[in-house]
Amino acid sequence: MPKLKINNVEIEVEKGTSILQACEMLGHEVPRFCFHDKLSVPANCRMCLVEVKPGPPKPQASCALACADNMEVFTDTPMVKKARTGVMEMLLINHPLDCPICDQGGECDLQDQAVGYGYDRSRYYENKRAVKDKNFGPLIKTVMNRCIQCTRCVRFADEIAGTAELGMMHRGEESEIDTFTGAPIMTELSGNLIDVCPVGALTSKPYAFQARPWELRKTETIDVMDAVGANIRIDARGNEVMRVLPRLNEDVNEEWIDDRTRFAYDGLKRQRLDRPYVRDAATRRLRPATWDEAFGVVAAKMKASRRDKIAGLVGPLCDAESMMALKDMIGENVECRTEGAKFDASVRAGYIFNSGIAGIEKADAILLVGTNPRWEGAMVNARILKAWRANKRMKIGVIGENHDLTYPTTYIGAGPSSLENLGAFGDVLKNSKNPMMIVGMGAFTRADGVDVHGLCRRVSEQYKMGFNVLHTAASRVAALDMGLTNDDLSIADMDVVYLLGVDDAEAIDQIHHESFVIYQGHHGDIGASRADVILPGAAYTEKDGIYVNTEGRVQFAKQATWPPGEAREDWKILRALSAVLGRPIPYDEVNALRSRIIRAFPNFGHLDVLMPAKWSKFGGEGNVDKAPFVSGVKNFYLTNVITKASLTMAKCSETFLKRHDSQAEAAE
Amino acid sequence: MLADQDRIFTNLYGTESFSLDAARSRGDWDNTKDIIAKGPDWIIEEMKKSGLRGRGGAGFPTGMKWSFMPKESPDGRPSYLVINADESEPGTCKDRDILRNDPHKLIEGALIASFAMRAHRCYIYVRGEFFNEASNLNKAIKEAYDAGLLGKNACGSGWDFDLVLHRGAGAYICGEETALIESLEGNKGQPRNKPPFPAMAGLYSCPTTVNNVETIAVVPTILRRGGAWFAGIGPNDKNTGTKLFCISGHVNQPCNVEEAMGIPMKELIEKHCGGVRGGWDNLLCVIPGGSSTPLLTKEACDTVLMDFDSLKALGTGLGTAGLIVMDKSTDVIESIARLAHFYKHESCGQCTPCREGTGWLWRIMTRMVKGDATIEEIDTLQELTKEIEGHTICALGDAAAWPIQCLIKNFRPVLEQRINDYRRKAAA
Repeated sequence: MPKLKINNVEIEVEKGTSILQACEMLGHEVPRFCFHDKLSVPANCRMCLVEVKPGPPKPQASCALACADNMEVFTDTPMVKKARTGVMEMLLINHPLDCPICDQGGECDLQDQAVGYGYDRSRYYENKRAVKDKNFGPLIKTVMNRCIQCTRCVRFADEIAGTAELGMMHRGEESEIDTFTGAPIMTELSGNLIDVCPVGALTSKPYAFQARPWELRKTETIDVMDAVGANIRIDARGNEVMRVLPRLNEDVNEEWIDDRTRFAYDGLKRQRLDRPYVRDAATRRLRPATWDEAFGVVAAKMKASRRDKIAGLVGPLCDAESMMALKDMIGENVECRTEGAKFDASVRAGYIFNSGIAGIEKADAILLVGTNPRWEGAMVNARILKAWRANKRMKIGVIGENHDLTYPTTYIGAGPSSLENLGAFGDVLKNSKNPMMIVGMGAFTRADGVDVHGLCRRVSEQYKMGFNVLHTAASRVAALDMGLTNDDLSIADMDVVYLLGVDDAEAIDQIHHESFVIYQGHHGDIGASRADVILPGAAYTEKDGIYVNTEGRVQFAKQATWPPGEAREDWKILRALSAVLGRPIPYDEVNALRSRIIRAFPNFGHLDVLMPAKWSKFGGEGNVDKAPFVSGVKNFYLTNVITKASLTMAKCSETFLKRHDSQAEAAE
Repeated sequence: MLADQDRIFTNLYGTESFSLDAARSRGDWDNTKDIIAKGPDWIIEEMKKSGLRGRGGAGFPTGMKWSFMPKESPDGRPSYLVINADESEPGTCKDRDILRNDPHKLIEGALIASFAMRAHRCYIYVRGEFFNEASNLNKAIKEAYDAGLLGKNACGSGWDFDLVLHRGAGAYICGEETALIESLEGNKGQPRNKPPFPAMAGLYSCPTTVNNVETIAVVPTILRRGGAWFAGIGPNDKNTGTKLFCISGHVNQPCNVEEAMGIPMKELIEKHCGGVRGGWDNLLCVIPGGSSTPLLTKEACDTVLMDFDSLKALGTGLGTAGLIVMDKSTDVIESIARLAHFYKHESCGQCTPCREGTGWLWRIMTRMVKGDATIEEIDTLQELTKEIEGHTICALGDAAAWPIQCLIKNFRPVLEQRINDYRRKAAA
């Protein structure tokens, strides 16, 4: 534990702490551009210079210098001030004076620090450098004149995204950031480049010229694009979501989010269900209706049906409250595994990510079964990459589809037979101290899913692996925790089917063509087009709600905007409908509903903490088919109704995946 | 003047073949096995006694540098010796002649130095433009392998040793030791932060020593003739031995010559180069140690001794001992502007002050050549060099700043005159 003095105040810090970090502990602000907590330290911007004694008679880069005993650090001597103003002057000479039309304005590190540390006038009379803008694809807008060559983006692509797509080309003042081949940035984490860029060189293309940061109302909430439950901040102006940003949660998404989470928000403005619809008996077409009318049609049908002929299905984006309300209204005939996954939901440890996402960093061997984590949980994949980068001896085995996961993998096989016989990878697992297994929905979305589930349990017990399920639906673990499963349910035999945000073709195709279908949700997609009555609900940005991520982490999402038109919060619709049915569910306000959930399922009471699940036997013992595992996510950018309605996501799919396909074809 | 029997580089001018046989006839590879048999500690001790200081420019005592290397590897990491043959300093071409005319001195030195630092592998990083030099060196390495002087049980010493030649791609900055290591690893040649120093974590994060070609090439002779012999040459015990001087510019016979450390500059130029063009009194200034060192005016040149400490006392340095002589016909502003362009062109672009500042300096200097500037801009220029100097990862920023600082210090009236003339002309 080195002890040193910073501005004559003594501080003891942990070994390996940089001077910059120690200064921050004492509240001394140290300006910086290239330094980023999560990235390697190049010390090239030279903004964080401080005076250090003993040492050479010149200022030292505080980000790259570790604290040592008896050091004396000064952050405000004339030498330091002179060095910083000098560096700031150098940074600004070739930086355009276009702050008024720069999207970074108001949240620009360069702008802020120029005020704090720069000169008040320029003495640069030469021409400024002009750098050609690059085409980084549909998400990232570049204005390369503004680039200050801090190389944060290069390091992000190398270290966090793992795709090494960016580099600093040329040298000296001709240095330019570019993709090596002029291709767009393909990584699904590319949006984070906008956040790491300290200036306006890389900004959001969909958000370009849309708003200024000080106009935006900021709401801290939870993402629902996958089951990771990334912590996000929604910036809205009026009732419009302007952008989505990550917020720090070291246990879940650190400070990154994937491009779907960040850029799908324009889907919230298209294809919205903003009023109830009823299918006209005569024309068989949907026509607008009032809430009373819609409720009347639904209630008449439901009252006329036997209760065991009414089923409810819940989709991937539902909050826990609405799912609970649906179950309370309908009874046992509810099911959440709408994409057709079959697994044993009786043991909690059998369906959650037991090791935790942060726990991946402790693993020394990982076995991926029937999952493509890069698309099913990009933040999980980023965490695996982080673990591998910290311990490059770590082996990662893959059973299922063989994708480029940004880190080296050992391909074992395509199907369950490889799981039964791991071959050489079995020795790797035997010799590792902390192996883990990650199973995706691809392993269970098949007729023998329950038996595969059992096989996975036996293999993980045999090699003492941490057992982890990577879900793809944000609502899934909450639904499983609340028991929204019914293995005996046969959708085809139901007279009335209540779809709560269900747009899975697998589920909808099973519905009998004469069944009466109610769709409650926020987007007009295949669920709504099959429906006889549509009840407009709220999207994830428009309601408070509880979500449980794949780890079993209970997180609370907050409302950022209001539902459009006549759409309402989902649990309120169900509460109102139950009253029309004459069997009102027993709560009138949302907190009573939450109390009901927590009373019945106590783990919902532990917000943001992981409750360890008890291990016991789960899964089937039967023989498994040899058929290969197939990942459920076929297109990363088009997975749910919001992304399907998003123009940005359509462009991404077009740019990144079609291109990928044509490249693969060309290679063949 | 250095006595002929004290010369180390007896084939500096390529009068004889560079082949192994010819090198052996000049005394190379003579009893190398016996030198190695005396052990690494003896070698390092002898190097310390010799007082040899690094010939790459910084002048760090070589024996001490070698002693920083770990004696044994606690974690199994190997040690490396890297020889810096990326000689790109303007005004310097000493390593080039060693590489093409006396490569076996370097190869033998590499073996002995690697052994002293417990390294089984040594890399020679040759400047990209040195095609013929790399070719000769390659031939010499092959000869040495074929003769059993390198490889398993090199020279019969029991020490396994591999020597790898690596050609750079022609970047001045790759002569900086950590940038050289980066480049050798296959990365973009950009200097690393220090600490950690290469002796702790260098090539592939293993303990590494980077030495200049001349430093390594003199090692076998020093060990054969004894450190005391080497220490006996030169003006004092801090500045010892022989040194290759490269004299270019306005002298009658530009040349490379091996001389004793501490020879007076005037004697060096008069004796070996046929004097300054138009006589000693026609001398304007001399850059004493490659373009990075501040220049010396004639008054200083009259008496200065060519060694590390004498030059340091005058605010300049011995550097690589590449003297650039300028007579009174020189436009000194334009000369320095050309150097400013060189540093602007060779800046790697990592650190802000150097990336942006070297270009700015060059642009102002370009205007200064014409006089298209203001008197105040001379002070701006001075301040800018101070904003760059000492604020960067490596010393390229400093090297870019010094010539201009020195110009302002010694030739400010010339700058002012130029500006005033230009203004007068523009007004008329």
